[in-house]
Amino acid sequence: MAEITITPLGAGQDVGRSCILVTIGGKNIMLDCGMHMGFNDDRRFPDFTFITREGRLTEHLDCIIISHFHLDHCGALPYMSEMVGYDGPIYMTHPTKAICPILLEDFRKITVDRKGETNFFTSEMIKSCMKKVKAVNLHEVIQVDDELEIKAYYAGHVLGAAMFHVRVGQQSLVYTGDYNMTPDRHLGAAWIDKCRPDLLITESTYATTIRESKRCRERDFLKKVHDCVEKGGKVLIPVFALGRAQELCILLESYWERMNLNIPIYFSLGLTEKANHYYKLFISWTSQKIKNTFVQRNMFEFKHIKPFDRAYIENPGPMVVFATPGMLHAGLSLQVFKKWAPHEQNMVIMPGYCVAGTVGHKILNGVKRLEMENKQHIDVKLSVQYMSFSAHADAKGIMQLISWCEPKNVMLVHGEAAKMDFLKNKIQTEFGIDCYKPANGETVTIETQHNIPVDISLSLLKREASFTGLKTPDPKKQRVLHGALVMRGNKLQLIDPDQALRDLGIKEHNLRFTSTLYVDEDGASEKLAEKIYMLAKEKIPDQPSQYSSDGSVSVSDVMITVSGEDDDTKSVLVTWSHQDEDLGSELMDIMKNELPVIVD
Amino acid sequence: MKLVCLSNNPSKPCFVLYFKGVTLMLDCGLDLTQILSFLPLPLVCGSRLSQLSDWLLATEKFGKQGEELSKELKECSGRVFVNGVLEFSPPETRIVDLSQVDVILLSNSSCMLALPYITEYTGFKGSIYCTDPTLQIGKQYMKEMVTYVDRVPRTKACSLWKNDNIIKSLPLPLRDAINPKVWKKCYTLQDIESCLSRVQVVGFNEKKNIFGALTATSCSSGYSLGSCNWVIHSDYEKICYVSGSSTLTTHPKPIDQAPLRHSDVLIMSSLTQTPLTNPDSMIGEFCVNAAATIKNGGNVLVPCYPSGVTYDLFECLSGHLDSCGLSTVPMYFISPVSDSTLAYSNIFGEWLSSSKQSKVYLPEPPFPHAELVSLGRLRHYKNIHDMQNDFKCPCIVFTGHPSLRMGDVIHFIELWGKSATNTIIFTEPDFPYLEALGPFQPLQMRVCYRPIDTSLSFSQANKLVKDLRPQHLVVAESYTVPPVNVSQRPDLVISSESSPITYKQGEVITLPVKRKFECIELDPSLAALLVPVEIRPGSAISMVNASLVVKDNKYVLEPLSGPEMKKTRTGNKPVKPKSYIFGSLNTKVFVDTLSKQGITDIKLEDSDDGSIIHLPNDDTLIQVEQGSTHIMCGGDETVRIKIRDTLLQCLQKL
Repeated sequence: MAEITITPLGAGQDVGRSCILVTIGGKNIMLDCGMHMGFNDDRRFPDFTFITREGRLTEHLDCIIISHFHLDHCGALPYMSEMVGYDGPIYMTHPTKAICPILLEDFRKITVDRKGETNFFTSEMIKSCMKKVKAVNLHEVIQVDDELEIKAYYAGHVLGAAMFHVRVGQQSLVYTGDYNMTPDRHLGAAWIDKCRPDLLITESTYATTIRESKRCRERDFLKKVHDCVEKGGKVLIPVFALGRAQELCILLESYWERMNLNIPIYFSLGLTEKANHYYKLFISWTSQKIKNTFVQRNMFEFKHIKPFDRAYIENPGPMVVFATPGMLHAGLSLQVFKKWAPHEQNMVIMPGYCVAGTVGHKILNGVKRLEMENKQHIDVKLSVQYMSFSAHADAKGIMQLISWCEPKNVMLVHGEAAKMDFLKNKIQTEFGIDCYKPANGETVTIETQHNIPVDISLSLLKREASFTGLKTPDPKKQRVLHGALVMRGNKLQLIDPDQALRDLGIKEHNLRFTSTLYVDEDGASEKLAEKIYMLAKEKIPDQPSQYSSDGSVSVSDVMITVSGEDDDTKSVLVTWSHQDEDLGSELMDIMKNELPVIVD
Repeated sequence: MKLVCLSNNPSKPCFVLYFKGVTLMLDCGLDLTQILSFLPLPLVCGSRLSQLSDWLLATEKFGKQGEELSKELKECSGRVFVNGVLEFSPPETRIVDLSQVDVILLSNSSCMLALPYITEYTGFKGSIYCTDPTLQIGKQYMKEMVTYVDRVPRTKACSLWKNDNIIKSLPLPLRDAINPKVWKKCYTLQDIESCLSRVQVVGFNEKKNIFGALTATSCSSGYSLGSCNWVIHSDYEKICYVSGSSTLTTHPKPIDQAPLRHSDVLIMSSLTQTPLTNPDSMIGEFCVNAAATIKNGGNVLVPCYPSGVTYDLFECLSGHLDSCGLSTVPMYFISPVSDSTLAYSNIFGEWLSSSKQSKVYLPEPPFPHAELVSLGRLRHYKNIHDMQNDFKCPCIVFTGHPSLRMGDVIHFIELWGKSATNTIIFTEPDFPYLEALGPFQPLQMRVCYRPIDTSLSFSQANKLVKDLRPQHLVVAESYTVPPVNVSQRPDLVISSESSPITYKQGEVITLPVKRKFECIELDPSLAALLVPVEIRPGSAISMVNASLVVKDNKYVLEPLSGPEMKKTRTGNKPVKPKSYIFGSLNTKVFVDTLSKQGITDIKLEDSDDGSIIHLPNDDTLIQVEQGSTHIMCGGDETVRIKIRDTLLQCLQKL
């Protein structure tokens, strides 16, 4: 029996450092290669020594698939390919391929230039790593090698986010990466067809949440921002350069226009501005509405939102600032936060999930006094708001995706263990399928069972159909097919039995039986024959019986001949071939029971 | 398997393919050449075109009827044109039932303009597949055409000239018009919306399942943005449909040949319409001619479509003008859809050549015309009314329609036609340029014909066929003989080792593909029941008696289920699958086995072809021959069954 084995190196009962190893049909695939925001040591990257203790990874992996450009899904890529060593193909969508190196470079700068770390990947490594990337289009079936094929589906989490369907022969799995089941202001909703994979590996960030309507959240967000700036406060919105930033910009832009506000909105220079360019060029990956109107008005050209300069941090008066990164763990957003945190009229809005260990995570948990690196302290007096804008599927969405693609097994990753249990139970009871939630380093083996494909000769198949004629087949009635399965090497063929025997040079052994019964009955032998004929017709109505005047009766292929003088004992010769053994012996039974047969 | 050709023009193809019970339409091209018989739609009243005289010979030839007729026909420089609503010649659909068409596969944006005629008001209820760029650009082509037609309120439909007794006496080319009675008025914007709302977009190499019976896959054809060839697969057969394809390097993603290899049938259409010219040198001469005209103080008029090669013209011409020091010469692009086609060209990075694609990663717009637009060197307008204020001469104007029968191009010919310093350069190969110019004669303007057709040339097509090695090749009849005007060029034909099957409009051809196998799946529980018998090393056989389940055109064999097995002829006994026995009987072994069963009184006699075994105690005679055994016994079934089972032990059984 075939099996699929899965080992998460990251994202097993955890969020961050997504990296899942899969063996399917003898192919080894790495799904995502992310880093963990919560760690600054070795735990930051997946433990690739699990794959091999020595040497490069190339010979151990058939391909690597990256679902989207967030660093917790691609942050370890240059480390893996250039420092550990991997030269095989890396697959990702076009927008991911475009944006990923920029985020990696940004990550590298923060780590090396700001924190002064050495022994980290270089800009050159990012470049040579990206050379190994092959870009894929949505729904395009990519043949990685003769047996392994992959296909991307729209995931709607960020620009270019994709779910991947991986197939080897009849075995298949779907890896969702991060996905979003409700369309938002700039991206469409995830979609997948009924591909019935053996395994669905899904994220479960919001395993226990069922979120209220998007509109309410948006109104809430706008009200909070508006109230704060009206009172003269400053609003900091830490975001990742791409994704939520664009959605919130569109939201604030249209609100500012509607309410005729002139309080400045800034976004951190460089990254986000460039990011908007990407959105303009990859508009076909955004939502339907933006696609339909982009000729008249490109939604990503903002009037009210201006680039931010560090000097503005000290500016008096209200303002709204979008700054990267999103979890307040480094960079500009942290710098702005440090300045604004001690004033209570200010506000920070966390629009997404924060990984444990980051400043964002701490303040969301109500920490009022933060310890910084050089033994400094920051008092958190500003109002801390959490708005769940990150585009992950909630419990309802996850269940919906499962019902769309109809997997035979589900595996939960990218979520918290306790929350997973809830969802796992729900999946098992509602769909009646197995659900797994392995921890990092824990291997799960899933057995798969498939039908065996066979070539059937068209004439044999059509012969079966010809029995029913042109009538619509009765779905309650079983259609029976009889054929010979011929196995030559790996080739399986189902053909007409006689043809099969001929092909294999087998001569059928012709076995015939002739039994003689003596019947003690007077009268002409024809009369007895007729009696036998009537008997056969009555007892075996579904077989064609025939009576000919020379005293012979045929029931299907069984021949019955009666002979003997009028007033003598009659001998009844019954002849049939081994093929008709059932019918022959049945007829013998009937005649013995119904006729005055002489028994020795 | 049958193929019906519905189009008269192999460059605007339309086929219907019947395969495995599925009816597929391949492309939906609209042949526009017949609109050359009509008078152009002028933009302003009182233009020269509206003052043309009636056809003088009308009354002379047809008497009273001729007076009516003379209102329909106008004469210009010895040619006669129809002065009525433009009419289009849709594919010949009377030989197919459109409501039975399951799927339409579209290859590129220039092969789909007849789509509304097929899908609207016809009972068509199938699905339509094409790539996203094909859909978006094709939509712009349709919108442009409809806008051009709607803009000029000519309402008079002419039909008198089509009468059988009149048309045969009309001058050429009217006399040769094919089926003018089925020509139709242009469709509307609503028709376009409703028609295209049925389209489902596909990506390259996306496998589209059609009723479980077939899969259709598009693969890049290198001809225009999102253009593709189609591979139609069943489990055992492969049909490739090659439409507009190009092996040249222009802006689209290059042609993908690998999926087209080793097909059972290769259907080819849309080869070059200008076999005598080379597109590379034509584009060079185009630039040189344009620059020369500008240097002489003249204006350049380029009748063009709003997408496709036009993008390359912008790129090459602006580069050439730079090298000539003419960077300040403005280029105007006038089309009702110019803003859309330029905008769309920027967002289809995935569908472009790798050099253009890599720009998107920077991120920069893939085409240089985006920069030309932002610098103001290329200005685009919806129509000439919008451009009046910033119109500077000398200049280069790109505008439609290449047929010169509609659109803003008509105005520019009238404006610039009188001066020999101006030049009109034809680059689109769809229309014979001299006929296109007919209603504008006499014309002083310089005329250049530099057709740029990037489709496969005959030599490229022959090379492609050689590489692809199809079992059978199907091409247009016209591709098997040299073009009419160059009959001395026998190289301008499709030649393959076996002579190709040909098609022409209205023909139904039977494709020589015989299906032999279908795919069926064995349920694992059924497979577990099978006991294969090895006949010789590597070959085994097992008889299968199973229940056939057919769902979505997929066949699955499952074990016979319980209730059905009981339902036999008389009642309780299950139907035993038919069994096969084979091999020759070794009489000695048989006799030994019989005696082990307690039958001891055995007499063995040799006969002519075998032997006869006599069991006097059991009143039984067994006749054994090569490959056959006949057991003759009395009425005692227990004896017979004992002998039978003993015999079966000595033979091989399935």
